[in-house]
Amino acid sequence: MADAPKLVNLTVDGKKLTAPAGSLLIDACKNVGIEVPSFCYYPNLSLQGACRMCLVRVEKMPKLQTACTTVVAEGMVVATDNEEIKQARKAMVELLLGNHPLDCPVCDAGGECELQDMTFSYGAAESKYMEPKNHKDEQQWSPVVFFDRPRCILCYRCVRVCGEGMDVWALGVQNRGVSSIIAPNKEDHLECEECGMCIDICPVGALTSGAYRYKTRPWEMNHVGTTCAHCADGCKTTLGVRRADEGMEIVRGDNRDKSGINNDFLCMKGRYAFDFANHEDRLTQPLIRKNGKLTPSTWEEAFELVGKKLNEVRMRDGGSAIGVIGSTHTTNEENYLLQKFARAVLESNNIDHHRTADFPALAAVLSGKQEITASMRDVYNAPAILLIGNDPTEQHPLLAWQIRNNVRLHGAKLHIINSEPIKLRRQATSFTQIPVGAELNAASFLAGDDSALNAITASASRENWAALRNQLRNTENLVIIFGSEIRGAAVTAVTHLASSISGAKVIALADYANSRGASDMGLYPDLLPGYHPAAKSGLTLPQMAENAKSGKLKALYVVGSNPLARFHLDSQIFAGTFVVVQDMFLTETATIADVVLPAANLYEKTGTITNTCGDVQIVKKASEVNGPKSDFEMIVRIADAMGYDVRNLVPFGRGETADMGQSRGAQSGEADRHAVWLQANNLEPKLSPFDPMAIFDEIQRLVPGYRVSRLNLLSGNDEHTQLSQSGPGAKHDPALIVPAHDNLFSSGTLGRYSRALNSVMENRNPQPAEVAAD
Amino acid sequence: MADLVSHPDEVRVVSKRFGKGATNIDRYIELDGYKAVRKALTMEPDAIINEVKNSGLRGRGGAGFSTGLKWSFVPKQASKPKYILCNGDESEPGTCKDRLIFEHDPHAVIEGVMIAALAVGATKGYIYIRGEYRYLSEIMQKAIADVYAKGFAGKNIFGSGKDLDIYWHGGAGAYEVGEESALMESLEGKRGIPRIRPPFPAVVGLWGGPTVINNAETLASVPHILLGGAEWYANLGPPKNGGTRLFCLAGDLEKPGVYELPMGYNLKKMIYEVGGGIPNGRKLKAVVPGGSSTPILLPEEIDVAMDFDSVAKTGSMLGSGGVVVLDDTVCMVKFALRTIKFYQHESCGWCIPCREGTDWLKKTLIRFHNGAGLKKDIDNMYYLSENMLGRTFCPLGDAAAMPMMAFVKKFRKEFEDHLDGKPCPYEKASEEINRELAVL
Amino acid sequence: MRFSDQFEKRFAEMLTHYPTKRSVLVPTLLYAQDEAGFLSDEVIAEIAQRLELTELDVNNVISYYSMLTTKPRGKYNVQVCTNIACMLRGGEELLEQCKDRLGIGHKGTTSDGLFSLEEVECIGACSWAPAIQVNYDFHENLDERKMDAVLDSYRKKAI
Ligand SMILES: Cc1cc2nc3c(=O)[nH]c(=O)nc-3n(C[C@H](O)[C@H](O)[C@H](O)COP(=O)(O)O)c2cc1C
Ligand code: SF4
Ligand code: SF4
Ligand code: SF4
Ligand code: SF4
Ligand code: FES
Ligand code: FES
Repeated sequence: MADAPKLVNLTVDGKKLTAPAGSLLIDACKNVGIEVPSFCYYPNLSLQGACRMCLVRVEKMPKLQTACTTVVAEGMVVATDNEEIKQARKAMVELLLGNHPLDCPVCDAGGECELQDMTFSYGAAESKYMEPKNHKDEQQWSPVVFFDRPRCILCYRCVRVCGEGMDVWALGVQNRGVSSIIAPNKEDHLECEECGMCIDICPVGALTSGAYRYKTRPWEMNHVGTTCAHCADGCKTTLGVRRADEGMEIVRGDNRDKSGINNDFLCMKGRYAFDFANHEDRLTQPLIRKNGKLTPSTWEEAFELVGKKLNEVRMRDGGSAIGVIGSTHTTNEENYLLQKFARAVLESNNIDHHRTADFPALAAVLSGKQEITASMRDVYNAPAILLIGNDPTEQHPLLAWQIRNNVRLHGAKLHIINSEPIKLRRQATSFTQIPVGAELNAASFLAGDDSALNAITASASRENWAALRNQLRNTENLVIIFGSEIRGAAVTAVTHLASSISGAKVIALADYANSRGASDMGLYPDLLPGYHPAAKSGLTLPQMAENAKSGKLKALYVVGSNPLARFHLDSQIFAGTFVVVQDMFLTETATIADVVLPAANLYEKTGTITNTCGDVQIVKKASEVNGPKSDFEMIVRIADAMGYDVRNLVPFGRGETADMGQSRGAQSGEADRHAVWLQANNLEPKLSPFDPMAIFDEIQRLVPGYRVSRLNLLSGNDEHTQLSQSGPGAKHDPALIVPAHDNLFSSGTLGRYSRALNSVMENRNPQPAEVAAD
Repeated sequence: MADLVSHPDEVRVVSKRFGKGATNIDRYIELDGYKAVRKALTMEPDAIINEVKNSGLRGRGGAGFSTGLKWSFVPKQASKPKYILCNGDESEPGTCKDRLIFEHDPHAVIEGVMIAALAVGATKGYIYIRGEYRYLSEIMQKAIADVYAKGFAGKNIFGSGKDLDIYWHGGAGAYEVGEESALMESLEGKRGIPRIRPPFPAVVGLWGGPTVINNAETLASVPHILLGGAEWYANLGPPKNGGTRLFCLAGDLEKPGVYELPMGYNLKKMIYEVGGGIPNGRKLKAVVPGGSSTPILLPEEIDVAMDFDSVAKTGSMLGSGGVVVLDDTVCMVKFALRTIKFYQHESCGWCIPCREGTDWLKKTLIRFHNGAGLKKDIDNMYYLSENMLGRTFCPLGDAAAMPMMAFVKKFRKEFEDHLDGKPCPYEKASEEINRELAVL
Repeated sequence: MRFSDQFEKRFAEMLTHYPTKRSVLVPTLLYAQDEAGFLSDEVIAEIAQRLELTELDVNNVISYYSMLTTKPRGKYNVQVCTNIACMLRGGEELLEQCKDRLGIGHKGTTSDGLFSLEEVECIGACSWAPAIQVNYDFHENLDERKMDAVLDSYRKKAI
C-alpha cells in the first residue's frame, strides 16, 4: 500500500524502542511486551480516555497521561511502572470495585473478566468502600442479550462496537454521573442485529448471552478452533464445548483470539446458532422404510440394504438410472469423495447440488488468465469496492463487516449497484438503484457496452452512469463483489470490467458454508473437481427430478440436502425411486426416503471448507452427538457394502491401488503418482479409509487451486485458492441457480432447528407459531 | 432583574454600562458601543492579538489563561471554517457575573465576539447561554437581531467587505457543559462529554474547525481594551493580571452583590469593606475565593491580593470570581457535603475517578454528617480526592478533589468532632433537613 | 404532533445557523418541552425524525440535561437552589417551606397539577441568595414571608 510509515524513537521504562509515527503509546508499548492496562481502549474503535487505567508518566508533562490517547513522539520518555503509576491504577480499581457487586462466583465472566484480572494485578486488597452498593436486577434485552447493570464499568466498548463496528447504533449511554447507564434502543429491549459483538467485547460480565448464561464456567470447557457452519463467509470461531449426556455439547462460540479472516467478528448465526446440533429432533439412528413407515434399524442393516439396492439398480439399469445430490454443508473431502463415489462406484455422472452462485462461469472466464479472485482479507484492505446485487448485511454478515470497517478505518470507497436501498449504502460513496433484474445491463454497461444502459435508465442519469464507469475504470485494485443476480453472461461482463482495471479482483457470492467447495469439488453433472469437463455429462438436479417422474431414475442418493423443499418438488414423483438420504433431521426429503442415515454436521467432523471468496480453511471436530456418522464414513461404508474396493476410493495404505484416477478420467498409473506425490510432499500414506486427509491429499494433487500451504491451513489459517489455474469451467443455464434468500436470522435447514435463531425470529415478528406440531 | 450594588473602590470597565439601558443598541452605541470593532476592522489581526496579549487579560472563566495567547494558537490558514464560542454557561456555584453582563450589556459580548473573530479570522460566532438564563437568551436574541438590522453582522459588516455571523445557543441544565470541550459537544447537539485533548479547540474545535472559546466576561472586556489601550488596561491590575474583575460577593455578608474591582484587590478588604463584613456580629470562619471548586481559605489566609498569581500562592485559585463567605455557625462537614453533592450531581460520568469518586465522597459525607462516620473515613476521603486529582478526563474531577482536600486538611478537627455519633456541633439547620439531604 | 407556529418559525430559523442539523437539538428540546410540558415519546419521535437521529440518540441527550424531562410536571416548576451561597442564607429552609406549603417532595407534583418542586443546583443568583426559579423566572433575596408571597402569586396567576 502506502510507503512504509516513518518511525520515531522513544524510551519506555528505560527501554529504547521505535514505533511508527502516529501510533498510540499503548500500542507501541504492547508491541515490545510492555503491557499497559486498559478497559476502554479497544483497537480500531474510537478513543475514549474514560477508564484512566492506562495512565503513564510522560516526561515534561505535568500530569499522568493516558497511553491510549497519547501519540508517540520522537524522543518521548515514558515510565509505565513506577510507584506513582501503580498507585494510580490501584486507586482506579478501588474506585470501580466500590460499587461493583463482586459476585464473581456466579458471574458468567468469572475467569475471563478483565476487572478480576486487574484486581489481581494491581491489588486493592482491603476494601475502603463502606456504603451500600447500588443494586439493580438483571434485564433481558433480547433473546440473546442480557444486561446486569451493577457489573458495568462503563468502558463504552459495547456502544462503539455496535455503532462504529456494526453500524447498528442500538446501544447508548443515558443519564450522567454515577447514574450513567448503557441503554438499549427500544427503552427496555433491543431491536438490533443480535450479533453479540457487544457481549463479546464486554470486559466484565455486564453483558452476557442467553445461550451461555450460567451454563458453565470458562475453565470447565474445552475450546476448539474451527469454522462457522452457516453462511459462505467462513468466519473462524472457537467453540467452547463441554461433556453432555449425549456426547459433547457446544455452549459458546466466539473468536476472542482474533485469529482468522474475521478478527473478533461473528454474526448471530456463528455466535449462537450452533444449538441445532443438540436439537431434540436430531436423528441418531438409521431409519428404513418398512411397511411404508420409517423404522429404526442398525447401521449394518441400513448399509447392507443401501449397498444391495444401489448395486441392483446399477447392474440392472446402469449408473445413469442413479442420481446423486450433494451438499453445501459438507466438507471438501466429503464432496470430492461423493462425486468420486458417484462416478467411480455408481458409474454415474448424475450429480448436482443446490447451486447459489455461478462459479463455473467465473472459472470459465478466468481459466488460464491472470488470477483475479479476491480473498475475504482483500475486502478489508481494498482501496475501493464495487458491490453489485446481494444484501451482505443480511446474507454475508462478515463481508458486510469487512466492507464497513474498511470504509471506516481505511477510507475505502464503496460503490453499490442494487435494486434495493440496502443498508450498506450508508457507507457508500455512490449508490445506484436499478430495476429488479437489471444487473446484467448494469454490468454490461460498466464493461463498455453503452447500449446496455438504454433498458435501465433515463437519459438524465446517463451522465452519472458514465461518471461511475469512468471512476471505476480509474480505480486501481478495485474489488468487485457480486451476488447471484450476476450469472452467465453477466459474470463475463463483470470479469471483463475487472480485467480492464489494474489490480482489480472479483468475488462471487454464494450462500452456504461450503457452496464454493461443492462447486470446486465437482458436484456437477458435467464438471469434475477443479472445473475439468467430465467425459460425458450427466443429469442436473431438475433433470433428475424429471427422470424420477418419468420413472427413469431408479435410485437417488441425497447427502445433506433438501431438494424437495428447496426446489418445491412433488414428493409423489419419487414413488418409484429408491431414495437414500443422509441428514441430521427428518427433512421433507428425508420423510420420503427409503433409508435415512443420521449424519454428523460441520461442527462434528474434521476436514476443510472453502468460503465464497475461495479461502479454504479447516473445520475441526468440536462437538459430538452419539449415533450419527460423518458423511465421509457413510459414503465409504456404502461403497464397501456395494462390494467396491474402498482403497480405490480413499487412497489409504501404502502404495498399490490407491486412486485409480477415475475421478478425472485419468490414465492408469495414478496410484503410483499418488505415492510419489505423497513422498515428494513429505506426507505419510493414510492408514484409515475414513481419514479425510487421505482425500485432501488427493484434492491438493488434483485440484489445481488447492495447492496451498498445508502447514498454514492445518494451523488454522485461511489459504486463498486460485481459480485461474483450474479447468475451463462451463456455461450453465442461469436458471439452475436458486438463491437461498437466507437473512441474518435464517440458515436453511440448520436455522429451522436452531432455538436461538427461532427465538430471535419470534421476537422480531411476534406471530403465532405456524405449526403446532405435537 | 438582579439588584445592582456599588462601592467607591469599584473601577467600572465591564460594568460601565450596567443600569444604563445599553440593551438598546442605539443607547449602546451612544455609550461608545461598536467603536472598538470599527477600530479592529482597521487593524491587522496580529495587531489585535498583540493588543489583547499586552493588556494582560486572562480568562475570566476560571483558569486564567492569557486570552491573547489563546487567540494566537489559531492557525492562520485552515481548511475548515473558524469559530468563536462565547462561554455563557456560568454554573460554578458562587458565580453570577456573566448573568449581569448579558442582562445589562449584551452588545459588549457581541462586540467582543466580533473582535475575536476579526483577530483569528473566524466567520461565525456563537454565544452559548445556560438554559436557566432563558430571559437572557431572549435579550441576546433581540440584541443579535438589532446588530443584523444595523448591518453590523452578516454579510459585509460595517461595510468592510468582511462577513461575520453571530448566533446564540441555549443549554438545558448541565454544569459540565461549561467545560470548553463539553461545551462544543453540547452545541453540536450531543451529550456534554468532554473531548480528548490534544487536539485543542484552537486547532480542532466546533465541527472540526479551529475554535476560540472564551468566557463572556473575557470577551466583554475586549472592546474596552481596544478603546482604552492595552497599557491602560494592564495597569488597572498588578503585573500579568491586567484589568478588573467582576467579583460576586455571596454568603454571610452584610452587602453581598457583584462588584467590579481591580485585579489584585485585597480579599480581606473585599469582605469587610466592600461586602460590609459579617452580619449579626458573627465571626468569619472561612472564604471560598473563586467559586466552589477553589480550595477554601481560613481567616488567617485572606490577606491576599485577588489576582491569579497571588491567590495561587495560598494553594487556592482565583477561579471564577465567586467569593463565598462563611461565618462561624457553618458546619464544615455539611458545607463539604453540599459542595461535593454538586460535583457528584454534575459529573458527566465519563471517567471512572470522577464518576465513582464524587459519588463515594458524597455517600461517605452523608453518613459522616449523620453521625455514622468512622475515623478512617477522614483519611479515606483525603485518599480518594488525592487519587482523583490530576487523573480525571477533564478538570471537573479536580474541581471536586481540590476543595475536598482543603476541607479535610483545614478542618480535620471539625470532622473528628462528628465522630462517635455526636450531634453536629455546628449545625444550625434542623435534624430533619439533615435526613432529607441523606436521600438526595 | 403539532407545535405552535412560533416554535416552527424558530425551529426553521435555528436550522439555518449550523452546519449540522443535530446542532439545534438541545435548545429545540427545551422549547418543545416548554410547549408540551414534557418530552413525550411522541415529541421525541418527532424531533428525532426531523433531525435524522435515532430516538435512542435523542433520549441519550435528554437524559443528560437536568432541565429536560420525559415526565409531566406541574404548571409551575418551583426550583429551589440549595447550593452553597443559598444554603448559607437559608436555601434549605426555603426548600422545607415549599415542601410543607405544597405538600410535595423533591421532584413531586401537586395533585392539582399546579406546582412541582425541585431542589436545584446553583442558578446564578448567588449574590442575591437565597434564590429560586419558577419555570424561567427568578425570585431572589427570599425569606419565609416572600417565599409564601411568591407561591401565592402563582396560585393567583393560575386562576
Ligand atoms: C467543569 C468546568 C466547568 C466550567 N464552566 C465554565 C463556565 O460556566 N463558564 C466559563 O466561562 N468557563 C467555564 N469553565 C472554563 C472553560 O473550560 C474555559 O476554560 C473557559 O470558558 C475559557 O474561557 P476564558 O479563557 O475566557 O476563561 C469550566 C471549566 C470546567 C472544567
Ligand atoms: S447484539 Fe450486536 S447489534 Fe445488538 S446491541 Fe449488541 S452489538 Fe449491537
Ligand atoms: S456493558 Fe460491558 S462493554 Fe458495555 S460499557 Fe458496560 S462494561 Fe463496558
Ligand atoms: S458471517 Fe457467516 S460465517 Fe461468519 S459467523 Fe455469520 S454465518 Fe458464520
Ligand atoms: S472528570 Fe470525568 S466524569 Fe467528571 S466531568 Fe470530567 S469527564 Fe466527566
Ligand atoms: S485505556 Fe486509556 S483511558 Fe481507558
Ligand atoms: S448558590 Fe444558589 S444561586 Fe448560586
